[in-house]
Amino acid sequence: MIDFGFTVSPSSRINLDKCDKKSFSALAALEPDVLKCMACGSCSASCTAAHFEPTSVRRAILSLQNGQVEQALDLLKSCMLCGKCTMVCPRGINTRHLIISIQKIYGK
Amino acid sequence: MIYEGKKKIWADYQKEIPEDHYFYVRSCIRQSFFPASEVTFLDITRNKLGKDIFGTEHHTTCGGIAYHSDTIPQETVMTIIARQFALMKKYGYENYVCSCITSFGLYCETLETWREFPELQQKIADNLWKACRLEFAKPKFLVHASDLIFKYRMQIAAKSKFKLVNQKTGEPLRVVEHIGCHYSKMFPSKGVGGAEYPYVLVGMIEAWGGQIIDYPERRHCCGFGFRQYLIKGNRGYSVSNTHKKFESMEPYKPDMIITNCPGCPYFLDRWQYVIAETQGKTYGQDGHGIPVFTYEEVAGLVMGYDPWDLGLQTHQVSVEPLLDKMGIPYDPAKKFLGKNGKFIGEPQKPHCLK
Repeated sequence: MIDFGFTVSPSSRINLDKCDKKSFSALAALEPDVLKCMACGSCSASCTAAHFEPTSVRRAILSLQNGQVEQALDLLKSCMLCGKCTMVCPRGINTRHLIISIQKIYGK
Repeated sequence: MIYEGKKKIWADYQKEIPEDHYFYVRSCIRQSFFPASEVTFLDITRNKLGKDIFGTEHHTTCGGIAYHSDTIPQETVMTIIARQFALMKKYGYENYVCSCITSFGLYCETLETWREFPELQQKIADNLWKACRLEFAKPKFLVHASDLIFKYRMQIAAKSKFKLVNQKTGEPLRVVEHIGCHYSKMFPSKGVGGAEYPYVLVGMIEAWGGQIIDYPERRHCCGFGFRQYLIKGNRGYSVSNTHKKFESMEPYKPDMIITNCPGCPYFLDRWQYVIAETQGKTYGQDGHGIPVFTYEEVAGLVMGYDPWDLGLQTHQVSVEPLLDKMGIPYDPAKKFLGKNGKFIGEPQKPHCLK
């Protein structure tokens, strides 16, 4: 291998054909409400932890759909399970319970 | 389906390309990157097809590289371009054809700027007169050299000795076409097929017997991007773009790539070596790369030119596998001999790329 002083950067391309869909299917079976999310962002807007750390249920769901599990777990690791997001969700999703289920299925 | 409506819509994507009488402007970098492409273009159009394509030694660079590298201002570029157009008028031509996509995009940008700001056009005309004592003029038709080869594609096909067909299997070659970003992404109405359905290279490939590959990153930039390459620290951006394209086209097993830009064939060709040496990955068959060609080189191959006269020995990726597929004869012993039979030097073999 030759060091040219530059190299290929890791690609940000999402290849859905190569994503692990089984885990998301398992999550949807356990928490069917995850498919109801319309990404309005009410959960993120009301999140107390998001004032201090990158925390967003909306982005975490999108990341899981795109197979970006590490990114999704990073977005939820500061969650204190206070449940404010559950109170404001216009689709009535129990986001607090959803976060716990995500940790059960994807958490290490 | 209402075909009349389809035809009407498609007509909006067409471009008027005059048949003959052009003032030809060469490219700065193509002559060193792909040394025989412009010569082949002139030989095909002038000698094989009998067209009037006039070239002069008095024209200069369009200034595009310096402009896109932020080293000279737009007004300077405009004055350089005004001088090129003035030379066209001086030699009695109204149709302007340029070899370079960067130049083509810059000419379009300049003409559009002059249309939008007539006072700026007057200022440039004054600058031109003060600096060169030349009379300001604008071309009646501005085309890129690939537009002309597209226009003449059926005439070239009629004179062809080889097709873009695998001689062993009889199947059409699988061809990736890559359009330079500055051809029609900036001014869609100036390119054949616009920005959405660029047809300039597809038309050639279809006429010469090949099969088009449609892959996810087909319209992605090659990664040249001027400053992305010119500053060494930024070259990772450039090679990453190329890497993304090759990763995307790999499953479709292309036999070759055709481009119409100076930078694209260079980087799609050379970066395959860098990717091979840094990632250990090659995209062609049996450790070879995917050969990359300019449209003039492909026109030359189809018309039966000697591959070494087309300068194919200057490519990084070896072209022999494709020549074998097309059934084009070549003498390996003459690969690194110049026109006068003198040895021009042979590069070292890469470690990973055959």
